[in-house]
Amino acid sequence: MTLSALLGAVDPPQLLPAREQMAFTLGFHIILVPFGVAFTFMMLICQYRGLRRGDQQALLLAQRWSKVAAVLFAVGAVSGTVLTFELGLLWPGLMGKYGSAFGFPFAIEGLFFFLEAIFMAIYIYGWKRLPPWPHFFTGVVVTLSGVGGTASVIAANSWMNQPAGIVVKNGRVVDVIPSKVFFNGAFWWEMVHMLLAAYIVAGFMVAGVYAWDLLKGRRDHYHRLGFLVPFAVAAIAMPLQFLVGDTIARQVFDREPAKFAAIEMVPTTGTHVPEILGGVYIDGEVRYGIPLPGVASILAGFRPSTPIKGLDAIPPDVRPDDAVVSVVHLAFDVMVGTASLLLLLALWFAWLWWRRREVPTNPWFLRSAAVAGLVSLLSLESGWVVTEVGRQPWTVVGLLLTRDAVATQGNLWPLFATVLAIYFCVGAGALFVLRTMRRRWAEEGTDAVAVPYGPRPAPAMNGRTSGADDA
Amino acid sequence: MSTVIAVILFVGVIAYALFGGADYGAGFWDLTAGGETRGHRVRELINLSLSPVWEANHTWLVFCLVTIWTGFPRAFTAITTTLYIPLGLAALGIVARGAGFAFRHALTERQAQRVSGIAFACSSVLTPFFFGTIAGGIASGRVPSAGHGDALSSWLNPTSVLGGILAVTVCAYLAAVFLTGQAQRRADASLEHACRLRAFAAGVGGGVVALVGVYVLYSDAPRLFHQLRTVGAPLLAVSGLCGLAALILLHRGRPPVVRALAALAIATVVAGWGVAQYPYLLGTHLTIQQAAAPWATLWVLLVVSCVAAALIAPSLVLLYTLQLQRKLG
Repeated sequence: MTLSALLGAVDPPQLLPAREQMAFTLGFHIILVPFGVAFTFMMLICQYRGLRRGDQQALLLAQRWSKVAAVLFAVGAVSGTVLTFELGLLWPGLMGKYGSAFGFPFAIEGLFFFLEAIFMAIYIYGWKRLPPWPHFFTGVVVTLSGVGGTASVIAANSWMNQPAGIVVKNGRVVDVIPSKVFFNGAFWWEMVHMLLAAYIVAGFMVAGVYAWDLLKGRRDHYHRLGFLVPFAVAAIAMPLQFLVGDTIARQVFDREPAKFAAIEMVPTTGTHVPEILGGVYIDGEVRYGIPLPGVASILAGFRPSTPIKGLDAIPPDVRPDDAVVSVVHLAFDVMVGTASLLLLLALWFAWLWWRRREVPTNPWFLRSAAVAGLVSLLSLESGWVVTEVGRQPWTVVGLLLTRDAVATQGNLWPLFATVLAIYFCVGAGALFVLRTMRRRWAEEGTDAVAVPYGPRPAPAMNGRTSGADDA
Repeated sequence: MSTVIAVILFVGVIAYALFGGADYGAGFWDLTAGGETRGHRVRELINLSLSPVWEANHTWLVFCLVTIWTGFPRAFTAITTTLYIPLGLAALGIVARGAGFAFRHALTERQAQRVSGIAFACSSVLTPFFFGTIAGGIASGRVPSAGHGDALSSWLNPTSVLGGILAVTVCAYLAAVFLTGQAQRRADASLEHACRLRAFAAGVGGGVVALVGVYVLYSDAPRLFHQLRTVGAPLLAVSGLCGLAALILLHRGRPPVVRALAALAIATVVAGWGVAQYPYLLGTHLTIQQAAAPWATLWVLLVVSCVAAALIAPSLVLLYTLQLQRKLG
């Protein structure tokens, strides 16, 4: 993330390491978020099927997934805790000034995270010894807490994009209207956008693992189900995400014109603004892109004559520099481009499913599905780059510049270096652990292992034959 | 109103000291369990006892941080811009610890288990030490209201070092008491005996550190010492009595009683610190009221805390009950 390299010589020396570290740790944490938020939902689908139809393979899938979730949730929990520290260590100017305004959504998030951690533990470690349905409902609590947690964090983030609900006197927040802070102008759509993204990323990531298995010829019920459930969740969320994303783009056009100007790379205010594919912004000019005449104006207001504010409309001292504009624009293109590919994949799946009513075996489809998880991750990351870098040079739009929010104490480089080293170990460790689990399970197979709820008779054992062979 | 929020904050600190403390302490015993074969059974017990509860235990930390930055943002930034070194180290320790523990639990290969186990155990000792130094720095008034206090002497000073060592011994003590109960439930007499010995040793160690601490505070943090001797005295007396009673009952008493006494001994010490600070949040220069956020924010925090108490307390009881009944794992 070279995004921040570029804010000129007047910036405080800590700005670069602080931004790089924040970008890195957020970018790391966001990979784990979908698994905390959405993975449980897929486990519950499998578990429901297993309990209703006596499908032992579905139960086995849910149980194994919960072990994966345990590892990823742990890494997500600790990397999330680090972010909490970083808000204070890297951005004291933000927390000291506006902590009283937008700090409380984090308190609500803490509440949801608490519930999530408690019930996640009960769910993960409750296989076998808890009765099946109560066990199932502990998972439901996890899924709902995931939604609440997402909403709270997004409330804080969207407030930075469209701050509201505070009264400032002499540079101090003297009054707060909590409902307006939480439900600020950007909240609802950003929240739905991230929630859908979590389901999409978790869905495609998990499905990708089983697509690989299917490609290798492991096409039994277990692997087909392991592919179908997460893939279907992601494929259903994908078109919705397009509608939401499209609405957000127009909302950004209305309410965050500076970000929109950077996204569309518009140097000067005007009508009939072209949509530029690719390209960079150098010395106030667009270079190397492919312009589609009038398309940006049409997307913003349905007519080519829609005027769009350009970068020249931003006062020079708070205008994002060329590199920031290029990064935001390219990240937006990557997000939309990758999302379009994923939408095509989802449509392809719908077509194949409609034709044959079975998990596709087309090798090209499976190959695409196997990499879809990584593609969706790229989309997620670039989406966050758009919203975070697109806000620069502001941390809180119109109220607080990033250079005033950053820490001035000490030297942040050693901390950043240590963070990089430790996160590298943790990331590599997590991948190693997941690979080990996968190998172990491949060796165990899907039949001869202890089935969940072993000691008690599963309630729907008699339904086994009916559920064993469809999907 | 700001005092109510400060009390809630301190409830969070106490909860973290107890639950997080027991958690870190388990890592201490993991580290000192001895070689692979000798320490195997203790580590096994720690693994089983800790896995379902450790994440919930550490959520208290997030609760404390969030409450302080929302309710007392000035104090929060004063602390983070002064004590950034131990805070940063503690954050990294949490990563190494959590990841190490989760990985060890999921791995079966011996070599890999050992590496992640070492990460878990070492950071389990270092992290509470850093938290202790932070508490010492705040308690001895070394954090200026405007922040940017001395980066080193704010946490490398007699009170902070005392805080760090006390934190580590307290964690070890709590963990040993809890593990004794767990071993008893598993009807493992020799393991129970081993844990009991550890609890006794840590309890005596804690007592010695506390006695040395009296002298350290007397010379290094006169105001804190004075306050502890006057307004904090009843709490410290309760703490001492509970600690002593827990040590005596360790051999005969029922684990729940001993556990409660041990927890009370620690809770009252932390509460004593809070009472001694009152009405100041930092030194004698920033009062709770001066540091407080606007009224509406404090109300939101209060409501969130009440909802949290209503939702989370029963959930936690459920989690710990299931864990004690060995329904998890």
